[in-house]
Amino acid sequence: MIRTLFRSRSPKVFDFHGGIHPPEMKHLSNSTPIAPGPLPAQLVLPLNMHIGAPAKPLVAPGDRVLKGQMIAEPGGAVSAAIHAPTSGTISAIGPRPIQHPSGMDAICLVLDTDGKDEWVTHSGVTDYTELSPGELVDTIRHAGIAGMGGAGFPTSIKVNLGDHQRVEELIINAVECEPYITADDRLMREHADEIITGIHILQYLLNPRRTLIGIEDNKPEAISAIKRACKGCDIEVRVVPTKYPSGGEKQIIQLLTGKEVQSGQLPAHVGVVCQNVGTAHAIKRAVVDGQPLISRVTTLTGDGVARPGNYEVLLGTPVRDLLSHGGVNPDALERLVMGGPMMGFTLHNPAVPVVKTTNCIIAATPEELPEPPEEQPCIRCGSCAEVCPANLLPQQLYWHAKNDDLEKAQHHNLMDCIECGACAYVCPSHIPLVQYYRYAKGAVRQQAADQLKADKARERFEARQARIDAEKAEKEARRQARLEANRKKKTDTAAAPAVDTAALKQASLEASKAYKAAVKAAKEAEANEAENSAELKAEAERLKAVADKAKAAVRDAKNAAPAAAPAEDRVATLKKQVGDASSAYKNAVKAAKEAEANGDDNAAELRASADTLKAEADKLKAELREAKANAPAAPAAAPQVDPVAELKQKVGEASSAYKAAVKAAKEAEANGDDNAAELRASADTLKAEADTLKAELREAKANAPAATPAPATPPPADPLVELKAKVGEASAAYKAAVKAAKEAEENRAENAAALRAEADKLKADADHWKAELREAKASAPATPKAAPATTDQPRIPEATAPQSLAAVDPEEAAKRQKRLKGLKTAYNMAHKQYKEAHAALERAERKEDVTADELNDMQRRVDKLKNKADIARDALDALVEEAKADIRAHTGKDLKTLKLEAARAESALADKAIELQRLRDSSSEESLEALNSELKALEAEAQIARKALKQAVEEQGLVE
Amino acid sequence: MSLITSSSPHASVKNNTGAFMRQVIYATLPGLAVLTWQFGWGTVINVLWAVVVALVSEALFLKARGRSIGFYLKDYSAVVTAVLLGLALPPTAPWWLTLVGVSFAIIVAKQLYGGLGMNPFNPAMVGYVLLLISFPVAMTQWISPGDAPSLQQSLQLFAGQLPVDGLSGATPLDTFRTWAGDEAALASHPILHGELAGQGWEWVNLAFLLGGLYLISRKIITWHIPAGFLAGLAAPALVAWLIDPVRFADPLFHMLSGGAMLGAFFIATDPVSAATSRNGRLVYALLIGVLIWVIRSFGGYPDAVAFSVLLLNLSAPFIDYYTQPRTYGHNKPNRGTGS
Repeated sequence: MIRTLFRSRSPKVFDFHGGIHPPEMKHLSNSTPIAPGPLPAQLVLPLNMHIGAPAKPLVAPGDRVLKGQMIAEPGGAVSAAIHAPTSGTISAIGPRPIQHPSGMDAICLVLDTDGKDEWVTHSGVTDYTELSPGELVDTIRHAGIAGMGGAGFPTSIKVNLGDHQRVEELIINAVECEPYITADDRLMREHADEIITGIHILQYLLNPRRTLIGIEDNKPEAISAIKRACKGCDIEVRVVPTKYPSGGEKQIIQLLTGKEVQSGQLPAHVGVVCQNVGTAHAIKRAVVDGQPLISRVTTLTGDGVARPGNYEVLLGTPVRDLLSHGGVNPDALERLVMGGPMMGFTLHNPAVPVVKTTNCIIAATPEELPEPPEEQPCIRCGSCAEVCPANLLPQQLYWHAKNDDLEKAQHHNLMDCIECGACAYVCPSHIPLVQYYRYAKGAVRQQAADQLKADKARERFEARQARIDAEKAEKEARRQARLEANRKKKTDTAAAPAVDTAALKQASLEASKAYKAAVKAAKEAEANEAENSAELKAEAERLKAVADKAKAAVRDAKNAAPAAAPAEDRVATLKKQVGDASSAYKNAVKAAKEAEANGDDNAAELRASADTLKAEADKLKAELREAKANAPAAPAAAPQVDPVAELKQKVGEASSAYKAAVKAAKEAEANGDDNAAELRASADTLKAEADTLKAELREAKANAPAATPAPATPPPADPLVELKAKVGEASAAYKAAVKAAKEAEENRAENAAALRAEADKLKADADHWKAELREAKASAPATPKAAPATTDQPRIPEATAPQSLAAVDPEEAAKRQKRLKGLKTAYNMAHKQYKEAHAALERAERKEDVTADELNDMQRRVDKLKNKADIARDALDALVEEAKADIRAHTGKDLKTLKLEAARAESALADKAIELQRLRDSSSEESLEALNSELKALEAEAQIARKALKQAVEEQGLVE
Repeated sequence: MSLITSSSPHASVKNNTGAFMRQVIYATLPGLAVLTWQFGWGTVINVLWAVVVALVSEALFLKARGRSIGFYLKDYSAVVTAVLLGLALPPTAPWWLTLVGVSFAIIVAKQLYGGLGMNPFNPAMVGYVLLLISFPVAMTQWISPGDAPSLQQSLQLFAGQLPVDGLSGATPLDTFRTWAGDEAALASHPILHGELAGQGWEWVNLAFLLGGLYLISRKIITWHIPAGFLAGLAAPALVAWLIDPVRFADPLFHMLSGGAMLGAFFIATDPVSAATSRNGRLVYALLIGVLIWVIRSFGGYPDAVAFSVLLLNLSAPFIDYYTQPRTYGHNKPNRGTGS
């Protein structure tokens, strides 16, 4: 009767799909006024009573706090503060059971109450309009207010919208559609004015076009109280028919405005802000009275409660205390539900505290909320679809969830399920549908997370692979460049004929390989839109240059041999013959091709004759190669030849070779020959070669006259330093000479040749010193051994080793560290070179066209490199040993002992932690305390051991 | 204090699938009563015997499948299948006919697919079609309306000891099919001219309509399938009848003949094998209705509820994929399987 009356008077209320009408059970608790809750001996305040980041404690165990004092501040943007609900002492901060679906513990502040209920000084504002919206938001944030309807979203976030967000409707949710709960009902009946003030504050903050209060028509007293309180103001009271879940955020928005919040969006997207009526009340208390959120109205109800009703419960009150306060018979208790029967959680432990979102505690008897009957098969009756407020097909979702067919479940909008439980409520087969959906949703989220992780991992892997390839290529290129430089030096200075052509070829091959790898990496990177693709491309360009250079070097080497032995008539003759033969062959090929193109009869004949010519040319080439290989014996006299003249000749030869090649290439290109590209490449190579030679010539010319000062006599000092100085001087002298030679050459000075010769001499000199220095460095470690023993500087007391035997000279350590590093690099390089040389030798051995001399030369090279690597390693070992000895000297323990000690301390710590974990549930407080302190001691010990080890290692430069 | 911990919701209706099925059985009683009034005790005997066969077959197969016999027999689904098939069989059916049909329906069409909820086809209709194809003569021997045999005769028929010929007569649907197009012949058959439609069958169908409305009022079924079914049957019938009333029967005749109402409210509404969304059910039922009219008017069988239902059972999953409702917060409904 009353319902229909209110409904007819109410302005238009929309409807939503589905919904159910479970027994309301509100009469149990709505007839008595709100009574004060118990003052328990201990309050347990979880740091996360809200959605978002946990609050950060501001107090430590032992601190005395007053009622209303902030004891934890917001731990992030989306977070809420916590205040002491009464005066007392913080006794602990640690894990306690809380309301958690999985029965897990969470970090809580534990407050031992002192019964004095002593307030901290606090004051509100009589006129909130004096405060700016920003200040008000701050007040709300620091009052710890979070949505009191159930979700617990920090209110300060919801009322602090950006300027661009216009609020059409402010909706005050006073529906309270879940059975049993009457907290909001009583609050509205008794504190309607305060609620309206709270709503006014919200209006001030949000400036909505309309403000609507939605109340279910089963609360006539509350409706009239609110209507009375908001008479004359712009708040509209909308009475909605009783139907579960009208109080769901999306449902009340639909009921009052007809708007739908789009899937995956927030109410703010449709210009709506929803606030619970209890939240409005809390806002008024915080702003006007200056009282933070320290208590809330909670319904204690159920057939198991002797005095059901609503209680103003201090936050943190253990449910156990509230139950005994309400006269619960624990024996009659079957189920303890926090929240309503439709969406609440069962409590596994009555020690769980009341939090900001706890609107109801149901202590149910077995008859009231019996154990659900056994699940029967789904007959797809569709009752669930009829009641689903989201208009889903729960029967299909169930089917797909059960089959783990997540794709189809998502296609049926699984993620839009609000878990209201209406479907499970009406299911005649008693299928726990919501549980299936929660499972499937979890699986979907897990899948999405896994997918994201896998994608990230793949990206990372690909980027890493590209980087590694690029690094490899770069290293290879540098190595090739070095090799080339060495080789050039050899040809330049000693005119060593035994150029390691095979090795160079290999190097060139590797360089182009590296280049190709780099190109590939760059392409991949580009395809993957990796950030470094541009870098990689540049790298590839660089490598291409290197590869080209290497190719040029190979060509160079091939040509250098004959150049080095100009006296060898046979070689020259042969060369000429080869050239003739080659051009004859080429002409023949050309003729053959033309003939073929014209379809001439004699094409085949021509082709055959070309083949013959090619064979002849090949034969001559082989002969030439042999002659070249034999030449090395002859050119001993070469160095005596004026280098500049020689170079000039070389340049001339190279230039003409290049020009010829270019011409050939052009012709080939014009004819569209297959080998045009090849020819062009060879021309390029030749050009590079010619350029190099030209540069050399310029240098040589410029160099000659430099009457450079003779290398200064080395002062008798530290051999290394001395050597370094010498190297420096020699290098400087050489450089100066080169410069002079260049100038001379540019000026066409006559003495250019002489200058060049001088420069060469200086270069040889510098090389000599460099070699010596290298060797000296390699053998150096032996000398400074005594240093640490003699250094006796002020001792620094160390926490790590209280006995502190000998102080560490930081300078010394740094030096050693540097030396170690240098040696390591030297050894690595030498070893690598050796390995490569060895490999080259093996490759050469397998090939048949390599002469014995070449092999011998390579063998010598390998031996030399091996020797070098060995020396470096020995030096390195010696240095490490020395460092270890120093550690012994400084700490009284050797490295191994230190390592052992650290490991032992760690494992002791781990054992203790495990023990503590095991005993936590069974042991008394005292023994736990003891264990805890033991654990802490062990932790400290382990820390010290770790530190000692680290320090010792670092001090002695033994980073690895 | 040992507390139950469970996932929400913590309350549920005091209802179960068994109660659901029992409501369906109760709703068939008016139809059964009228069938007995018009055609004698044969249908009652059929139904009782079918229930016995169904329970025994179900129990045997539950045992073979290692399922709890008591738990699954209590869902009454086997009884519903048996009652529906028993109602659909002619009252002259000998015992073995029912035995074959019902046991096949329970064992093959239901248990072999995995029991309740897993069968893609309506088990009763599978049994019916098996019998109709295997024993077409025995399956079409109906008694002339109002010419009900005595209980003793019915029992003799059931035992197979009395020849059926003397008692049986053509049904209105059969008669119309035989004489369609011949106006004089149609007029001369009194069976076609009852108070509303075919003699006897009009009351049978009205009784089933009554039971069906009861099911809707108890929210056991929704109106979608019966409405779609009848609309699908009546609409083409109306059009054809307006064009050629001699060749085609009128819509009321179609709706009150044969298995129309039984099919619309009890057979096609079997939720397991029907489409499940509201729109899906409309489409599904509409197509059944159309198919029945097509087969009745042009096919080789006088009635077609069983064939039409089975054909649409086959299409139900497909229909479901394309008739999903628009979910809250979405602009349009999803279509297809999403894969």
